[in-house]
Amino acid sequence: MSTESRARRTLGGAARVLLALKVDGPLLTGLGLIAAYGLVVLYSASAENLPMLLRTVLRLALGAVIMLALARVTPNVLRRASPWLYAIGILLLLAVAAVGHVYLGAKRWLDLGPIQFQPSELMKLAVPMMCAWYLHERPLPPRWSDLAVLGAIILVPVALVAKEPDLGTAMLIGTGGFIVVFLAGLRKRVIAALLLLAVGGMLFGMRFMHGYQRERLVSYLNPEAHPLGAGYHIIQSQIAIGSGGVFGKGWMAGSQALLDFLPERTTDFIFAVIGEEFGLLGVLGLLLLYAFVIGRSLYLSMQGPDTFSRLLGGSVALTFFIYVFINAGMTTGLVPVVGVPLPLVSYGGSSVVTVLSGFGILMSLYSHRKLMG
Amino acid sequence: MSPVRIKDHWREQRLFDRRAWFAGTVMVLSALAVLARLYYLQVERHDYYSLLAQANGVRTEPIPAARGLIIARDGEVIASNRPTFDLMLTPDEVPHLNSSLEHLVKLKLLRADDIPSLIHTIKSQESFDRVPIRLDLSEREVARFAVRRYEFPGINLSPQQARWYPFGSLAVDAVGYVGTISASDLKHINQAAYAGTAVIGKTGVEAAYEKQLHGTNGYRQILVNALGRPVSRPGVLAQDLHVEPPIPGEDVILSLDLKIQRLAEKLLKGHDGAVVALDPWNGDILALASSPAFDPNLFARGISEQQYQALVNNPDLPLFNRALRAQLPTGSTVKPAIALGALTDGIVNPKKRIYASSAWHLPGSDHLFHNAAHEVCGWVGLRMAIIMSCDVYFYRLAYKMGVDRLGAWLPNFGFGRPTGIDIPGEQSGLAPTPAWMAKHYPHDYGWYPGDTVILGIGQGAFLATPLQMAHYTGILATRGLSFQPRLVTGLRNPRTHKIHWKRPILDGNLTMISPASWKVVIGAMHGVTTNPRGTAYWAMINSPYPIAGKTGTAQLTREEANGDYNRKATPEKLRDDSWFIAFAPVQAPRIAVAVLVEHAGWGATAAAPIARKIMNAYLLGPNGKLLAATPPEPLSEPANLKPRVLAGVSRTFTVLEQAARPKGPAAGSSVLASEAP
Repeated sequence: MSTESRARRTLGGAARVLLALKVDGPLLTGLGLIAAYGLVVLYSASAENLPMLLRTVLRLALGAVIMLALARVTPNVLRRASPWLYAIGILLLLAVAAVGHVYLGAKRWLDLGPIQFQPSELMKLAVPMMCAWYLHERPLPPRWSDLAVLGAIILVPVALVAKEPDLGTAMLIGTGGFIVVFLAGLRKRVIAALLLLAVGGMLFGMRFMHGYQRERLVSYLNPEAHPLGAGYHIIQSQIAIGSGGVFGKGWMAGSQALLDFLPERTTDFIFAVIGEEFGLLGVLGLLLLYAFVIGRSLYLSMQGPDTFSRLLGGSVALTFFIYVFINAGMTTGLVPVVGVPLPLVSYGGSSVVTVLSGFGILMSLYSHRKLMG
Repeated sequence: MSPVRIKDHWREQRLFDRRAWFAGTVMVLSALAVLARLYYLQVERHDYYSLLAQANGVRTEPIPAARGLIIARDGEVIASNRPTFDLMLTPDEVPHLNSSLEHLVKLKLLRADDIPSLIHTIKSQESFDRVPIRLDLSEREVARFAVRRYEFPGINLSPQQARWYPFGSLAVDAVGYVGTISASDLKHINQAAYAGTAVIGKTGVEAAYEKQLHGTNGYRQILVNALGRPVSRPGVLAQDLHVEPPIPGEDVILSLDLKIQRLAEKLLKGHDGAVVALDPWNGDILALASSPAFDPNLFARGISEQQYQALVNNPDLPLFNRALRAQLPTGSTVKPAIALGALTDGIVNPKKRIYASSAWHLPGSDHLFHNAAHEVCGWVGLRMAIIMSCDVYFYRLAYKMGVDRLGAWLPNFGFGRPTGIDIPGEQSGLAPTPAWMAKHYPHDYGWYPGDTVILGIGQGAFLATPLQMAHYTGILATRGLSFQPRLVTGLRNPRTHKIHWKRPILDGNLTMISPASWKVVIGAMHGVTTNPRGTAYWAMINSPYPIAGKTGTAQLTREEANGDYNRKATPEKLRDDSWFIAFAPVQAPRIAVAVLVEHAGWGATAAAPIARKIMNAYLLGPNGKLLAATPPEPLSEPANLKPRVLAGVSRTFTVLEQAARPKGPAAGSSVLASEAP
């Protein structure tokens, strides 16, 4: 009796702390579990590389701090900051084009002394915010003129990022913006037209693609054509996942990963390591965690008091889904290989911070709803 | 004019909710697609991808089987395997390549001239592949390196197995040798079965019993990463790795008596010639020697071009297996066969004597056929004609028999056909068999009576190998039994040490020859060594046991047929070949021997003493008395067989232990002592 009440009191206390922090408990739990899962996998995928693990923990901590900070900022402040953030993002992208750091043939990084920073990551948040800000005052569904403005808002940064070249990120930025427009009630006929345009544009765009981009696309369509070339990633990744079976080969026992057959196994292809070492059950567990986080996010955004909150919140939730879907899809061979990390699990720079920042904004929109409405 | 639109919050909320639900539906469907894909990969095609994953990381490395030993009848190992040490370098693990190599030069383990080409070789390989930088280190070199091993990171001694003939050239023409596998060898072997095998039998028993000696290679699966570099990761990843141990080759037991073999080679030293001695009752070859010989160890580890050219260009043809391949006129040694044929066919009455002068006149022509050295035989019967080797008598006899009968009889004694010895390469010699005559002299066109006449003294269209002569002597010794000559009497299982003895192969029995005929001819052959007029009387005088023999002096020039032969005036290569065949003891023969000494003159002077010494060594004990006959079959397992040296040298012993090990494992005393150049 007394233990039960003590437990209830502890829980209640924790809930009050979370409320004061403007943090959503279930969402935080889901994100924390995913991050923990990711660290366990990374330990194995990196062949027990502790410095790498430490860097990831630090990034998660940084992301968590930013998330908690953003959760405390009121939606009004976020909304008013949106155009400024967007403008800064555009300027930084131009700066990258001018003085960016070339790494692996692509100009993506801005060298800020000790920190290297990818402005394209900032745009993943800034573009949906800008779109939501633009639509906030306007009646929905958007009119043609609004669509033209929104198109420009989205396509300018997309074009700048695509030129870096970073097709994956450009696509994700565009998708983030497009989701806002979609949630704002874009007519279905327009959506259909845009999809057609996208497919046509992709075929047309192949002529202007960099060699490796075209190869990735071709190898997706027929991986066995270049078993040692571009198709290698897809083949080895599918071998890893398939050989994992239902129960997996066990933690730190994935031969594909440990013997270097699986490329980019700590970053874009870490999903294949999970499939190999933890099998179908391990993958299902992770996907359930993601489903919970996405569902919770979508629910929170539906509770949003105003257009800006709802659109931005929905965009955060759906973009997160798209990350997961594309990454799982590309490692299993469902979609072409585009450099999209598995959120919160893949080892890698800015994306952890970006993702967590997005959830911070979502929490802010939800937890401050009573102050507005 | 469109109406001014006002924000309708309720409507917008509903619009958003509809879109959110729609998005949710799309997400669920997408998630289902991912799940379906995962199910396909991880459940449906799990086995397939497991196989691919396995194949990715596992390489199969052959483990060569230890080659079977070749063992003489008394248990001495005549072909064995010895551990050799190669110096291997792993470029990855060598911090300073040049200085390491220079340091090895200072230790006299490498030659300075070899450094540039070595560096070239090393640079052209994957940096983690081991490169041999020095083969076959001597024992002292191994020790020299071993004590300084710590100074050479990335350079290791690698134990290998090499064929080793501890007695060098001893019995090389019987045992044969192994050499590196050539392109033509590859055509008739199962290449998969030879993965990891360095050498293959080229001649002799090594070639004939290649299949049994080779054994079955094993393999070991090793884990490699994507770059092909072996990884040693204990536990989970390595648990499925399979090791299939090799099955060592069978040991081959030879009929050779090394004591006789050694003696034969010693006696032939300095001559071109051959000796074949065999047990007439089963065809077991006791000695098979061809002189000069060569060291098969040269081939076992790869002969240099220079060494090979030296062997090939030697005018005495050391690589030429005279015992099996020298096809020569046999001279008078053929006379017992002709006599037996003539007796059986009733051409000659053994009691009847004829007068034989120094030459014989071919009826119907003015051609004269001379006795050797124009000797006059006088009144001789068949017996005395054999004893004193009267050519004139046999000219006449051959003429009376005719080529058809001669051609039918000679193959009965193993001439003109292979003997069927169990090693490859024998020549079949030449006899005027009906088939041969039909092919070369259709309708007897071009064959003259004189050609028949000289067959009677083993000249003309009649050639035989030393092996055929020994086989023929064996048929005489057994009074008509023809056993296929053989070198291999048994195969020993290397694990159980059980010996599978082979049965001798009897391929002929001359039952048509009457005991009386045998008595006449063998009695005459006995007379060759005991009658003061016998051609081998002086060579065999005072023998403690009775010997049946026959000399032969094969003429190589035309003048000889005219009796104008002057040995000293004839160039060496054209001088007479000296033959002697013998078996002993006459009534219970235990050894048949054929000796050829090329260009040495009379059979009695060069070849007969060799034959006598060989028979003495085989038949007489240390006290000079005749030894008791050993029971013929089955032989017991050779008593003093040394323990088997297994290949795939265990990699667990350290190099230092190796270096400190006593002398080599095999029969040879100087297994590792030879300092490589």
